[in-house]
Amino acid sequence: MEQTKTQLREAVMPAAELKWTRAQMAARLASDVQEGTIMNLGVGLPTLVGNHLPKDREILIQVENGILGAGPNAPKGEEDWDLVNAGKQAIQLLPGASLFHHADSFAMMRGGHVDICVIGAYQVALNGDLANWSTGEPGAIPAIGGAMDLAAGAKELWVLMEHSTKSGESKLVERCSYPLTGLACVTRIYSDLAVIALKDGRATVLDIVPGMSFAELQKRTAVPLAQADG
Amino acid sequence: MINKIVASTTEALADVPDGATILIGGFGGAGQPIELVEALIEQGARDLTLVSNNAGNGDTGIAALIAAKRVRKMMCSFPRQPDSWHFDRLYRAGEIELELVPQGNLAERIRAAGAGIGAFFTPTAYGTEIAQGKETREINGRHYVLEYPIHADYALIKAEKGDRWGNLVYRRSARNFNPVMATAARITVATVHEIVELGELDPETVVTPSVYVKRLVKIPKVVRPITALKV
Repeated sequence: MEQTKTQLREAVMPAAELKWTRAQMAARLASDVQEGTIMNLGVGLPTLVGNHLPKDREILIQVENGILGAGPNAPKGEEDWDLVNAGKQAIQLLPGASLFHHADSFAMMRGGHVDICVIGAYQVALNGDLANWSTGEPGAIPAIGGAMDLAAGAKELWVLMEHSTKSGESKLVERCSYPLTGLACVTRIYSDLAVIALKDGRATVLDIVPGMSFAELQKRTAVPLAQADG
Repeated sequence: MINKIVASTTEALADVPDGATILIGGFGGAGQPIELVEALIEQGARDLTLVSNNAGNGDTGIAALIAAKRVRKMMCSFPRQPDSWHFDRLYRAGEIELELVPQGNLAERIRAAGAGIGAFFTPTAYGTEIAQGKETREINGRHYVLEYPIHADYALIKAEKGDRWGNLVYRRSARNFNPVMATAARITVATVHEIVELGELDPETVVTPSVYVKRLVKIPKVVRPITALKV
């Protein structure tokens, strides 16, 4: 009986079920991070990436509030509230970590010393423009945090976001309609449907959620996609 | 004998006038000198311009100062927090002014004030709303925005340990904006949990050299859990 129900659901809405979960999205991104990378993880979904980094690689997480070499979240009951990450969660330090003040932390970002920043987005444009701080909704409290500095300073900006809005519109667009965070800064998108590289105004699909065709992905994306060679 | 130690937070802030610009250290609750902010609420100065990364959390510290309607203008990078209800309410009612500053610009503008820099070109925010109306320049093929220093009348900062000259060390990520802010105000007031004899702090590890600190107050250590942002 259970099996029949599942089969029925799959028959009715085959593609709607095909997506990576939030944890899978974070894990998919984490699997692409190389040994020795200095990375900064934005607030929200990007923070989850830290839980999935390959254990056999030494990867240093830079945190905007003055930490290089952040470790995992502190176990419940053992929190040290002088030691928090950008999302204000209590964390631990790795052996070899260093601490510094805010101006130094942002000098580190702007100065091009951070290899990859993972950040959330409302919209990403084909040319790499990023919109992630305001939807211009009336009554909304605007907040930028470190996003504009990271957009300007990180060597690579990887966006981790749902492929579509709740109402089904593609978040990868020709031109952002929301206020911009940075110009031509996004180099890669890890969505719940695909991994897409952005370069020279081209969006190249590097990976698709298993079971989804390129044609189906294209149908759900508002810009022309290219297939990676091989 | 140089002795910057004062007996209480009340004494340390007795001369804050109305209309003062005040830097307040901290990243959310971490490193926020809540005891000094509480003393400022008692003290009564109003029409204040506050410069801090966030616009208060819960009902304590900066949030309580805002709730008491003593803040005319807030300069910060990230006012929206799960528990920033006092700021949110006054902002929506048009009763508090907000200058939203990208976090790195906030830190660097404060640093520039303390370092005697007249202004600086930064790539941050080029091409965004934040850069509108500001001078820009292309330097070696890259675009930059001109930003000016943030000078203040007072800096309220939290450190871990200090001596009577005002040398300071911090603890973990409670350091954040505190050492930068210490340099940029006419009067910097620091709280510490421990006061040690001159010479006990290893000169190699002093983070804030004594020159930047005017007043030092010892306060007890209180553990205050922090509300995380939603993931």
